[in-house]
Amino acid sequence: MDEFLQFLFSGLTRGSIYALVGIGFAIIYNASHVINFAQGEFVMIGGMAAVFITANAGLPLIAAIPLALAIAGVAGVALERFAVAPARGASVVTLIIITIGASIFLRGVVEVAIGKRDYALPAFSGDTPIRIGGATLHPQSLWILGTLAVVVLALKWFFERTRPGKAMLATSHNRLAAQLAGIETRHVMLTAFALSAMLGALAGLLTAPITLTRFDIGIMLGLKGFCAAILGGLGSPYGAVAGGLALGLAEAMTGGYISSAYQDAVAFAIILAVLFVRPQGLFGRAGTERV
Amino acid sequence: MRGFLGRWGGFLVLTAVVLLLPLILPNRFYFDMAVKVWLNAIVCVGLNLLIGYAGQISLGHAGFFALGAYASAILTRRFEIPGLVAMLMGAAGVGLLAFLVARPILKLKGHYLAMATLGLGIIVAIVINREIWLTGGPDGVRVPALFIGDWRVSRIEDWYWVAGGAMLLAVWLALNLIDSGVGRALRALHGSEVAAATAGVDTVRDKAMVFVVSAVFASIAGSLFAHAERFITPQEAGFLRSIEFVTMVVLGGMASTFGAVVGAALLTVLPQAVAEFQDYKHLAFGAILIATMIFLPKGLVPSLAELFRRRRP
Amino acid sequence: MSLLKVEGLTKEFGGVRAVADVSFAVEPGTIHSVIGPNGAGKTTLFNLVTGVYTPTAGTVTLDGRDLTALSTAARAKLGMQRTFQNLQIFFNMTAIENVMVGRYLHLGTGLVASLLGLPKIRRETRLAREKAAELMHRVGLEKWLDADADAMPYGALKRLEIARALAAEPKLLLLDEPAAGLNPKETVEIDELIREIARGGVTVVLVEHDMKLVMNVSDRILVLDYGRKLAEGTAEEVRRNPDVIKAYLGEGAA
Repeated sequence: MDEFLQFLFSGLTRGSIYALVGIGFAIIYNASHVINFAQGEFVMIGGMAAVFITANAGLPLIAAIPLALAIAGVAGVALERFAVAPARGASVVTLIIITIGASIFLRGVVEVAIGKRDYALPAFSGDTPIRIGGATLHPQSLWILGTLAVVVLALKWFFERTRPGKAMLATSHNRLAAQLAGIETRHVMLTAFALSAMLGALAGLLTAPITLTRFDIGIMLGLKGFCAAILGGLGSPYGAVAGGLALGLAEAMTGGYISSAYQDAVAFAIILAVLFVRPQGLFGRAGTERV
Repeated sequence: MRGFLGRWGGFLVLTAVVLLLPLILPNRFYFDMAVKVWLNAIVCVGLNLLIGYAGQISLGHAGFFALGAYASAILTRRFEIPGLVAMLMGAAGVGLLAFLVARPILKLKGHYLAMATLGLGIIVAIVINREIWLTGGPDGVRVPALFIGDWRVSRIEDWYWVAGGAMLLAVWLALNLIDSGVGRALRALHGSEVAAATAGVDTVRDKAMVFVVSAVFASIAGSLFAHAERFITPQEAGFLRSIEFVTMVVLGGMASTFGAVVGAALLTVLPQAVAEFQDYKHLAFGAILIATMIFLPKGLVPSLAELFRRRRP
Repeated sequence: MSLLKVEGLTKEFGGVRAVADVSFAVEPGTIHSVIGPNGAGKTTLFNLVTGVYTPTAGTVTLDGRDLTALSTAARAKLGMQRTFQNLQIFFNMTAIENVMVGRYLHLGTGLVASLLGLPKIRRETRLAREKAAELMHRVGLEKWLDADADAMPYGALKRLEIARALAAEPKLLLLDEPAAGLNPKETVEIDELIREIARGGVTVVLVEHDMKLVMNVSDRILVLDYGRKLAEGTAEEVRRNPDVIKAYLGEGAA
């Protein structure tokens, strides 16, 4: 039982990270029908930026976090402006290749500018584990779970109550109709990329104290966030949260009870199984193609 | 006739390049580079059939390359099976794996297909990394020399001819396929899947077929690579390696067999030829991918060919 | 026996019945038209008959054989071809290659033979090219043989689709608005072409808005309205049907 509780904590923690990354995929997909394969790099940028601002600029964490988010936001806007927007209307395959190119590029920039070492960010509330039952919970995990909860509520508010949020929702339902209704879909795209980048960066700086961070951490985290988004049915931010948590739990349980060596394979095995059986995702709906 | 001359004329030019290149290669280092170019080109010619002609994407072809390489390494080393037999066994195994996953995978489209092939490639990489008893794990494994009959292929010049010959064979097979009913069906389903089906094309079957062909090409190239290098590590199975292959195809030109060879050559030679490039390799790959897709969406060779055609009266 | 038989065909999209309980039969060698206002379900009917959509209810039989469970490709094998209202051209190929794809069902498709470029495959490719060129002459596209499809004008692409469909040597050809977007001269030429196809023994089902064309060429006409069958009969019968006049022809075609 204690063991199970321990795996549960670990699963929820990493699942929350996947969920945050997955939401980013879902938001960009909704706004533009682009799958942003560079989403993982925002996670990396968030963690690396926070580390460097605290270590080199000597700023406190509380100042470093908004700065790191801002840097990621700018990177997100730049990605949209310089890589995605010029290829508007290109095929799915083309856009996949472009965002993959962007991800390699961003990773390469950090690799050259900062280096290939592991970097650590101090935990937000120390490293003293909290004992619950027979299991322990890292205080950072509480930060991660709490942040995910806040993000979900904030997104609900954003999409239902704010103008840019409503515009984004309208664009995802029907781009042309949204344009006719006077919504600037260009702004919607930029907002979506900035928002997703900041959510990714948030995940990156939250997880950096536990997992460390390095220039290529975004590859796996990005791919798993993508798995979470597909499990959730691609277009749904809330589906991505469910998908992320399910994925985290499945990984932790596999790692704990079956084989720690194949923990990383779980996400991909699940996604293959799901795609074979239910290509529209666990929570998505099947569509009919028009001819 | 334009197509015929372009195709087989191009093949003659490529053959001439393979035959004449050794005259200007100054030393081992360059021969080694040429071998890598020819082997990467085999993968790219196969992958181009899938991406460029059939319009499907694979982000997992390094997995097939590595499976071929490890099949050769393990079968020749542990079971002392002759190299060529091991290579064919590896290719058959990879072909079977590709066939089994092809139908469910290729029913998927766009993003889902990308995800599925990527997942398959990553699982292969993880298995190779973890099954240390079989593969040597992250440290890699030594590979015995390749024998063709009694000929021990060991000198780098020998490898040049083996790899170059295999590449020409791959190009020849690809050109034949493109000029057949199946090849036209592949391009057709790229253009309009519903119209291809209306013409009677079993789109899932034909996609599965080209997926298997491209996987087998990668497997053979992997086997040759393992023997040529005499050493193989799981890095060859990595996600980034898969992306490298895609970059080569895209840069050289989708739906252009010679483009695939040119793309493979450029992106194999550049990082090695310019020492400073090594550090900036990933950065540059990324920039090349973005720039090509935006400014030369057809890739180098088709874009240049078009320019050339327009200049002529 | 009827060549094509449609019984009780129904398709719902999220509760909306785009095609509702439609039945009709097409006799061999005839030209059978389907007319109706926009949104009446004509193209959906085509998509159901050719297997692009799976029906909610009902059956489609060709030559007495139930097609309901068959894929589009399998239906093509049994002799069914179509064109598309919104062109479905292979824009990544040349014009003649588009038509050669239509020959697919008459070619060997062995993988190994194709890879090796065996003489049989090469000969078939040559014959397919000759046949395709001949068809392009027949539909009046002889000027465009080696043109890239994406460089051709709209009217030529309409004919290209017909040539591609004919290349398969179908028993049944479904034409989805072949005259849409064409000028009067081109429409007359298409009219001629459709008659000629039918004279050649191919049964034609035609969806068309151009009433003059429909009334000219059709042996029988099926009228759809809101997904339902409103009337069916000869041109004369349909013209006189009060329901049809009210729902459709009254708008100006009379």
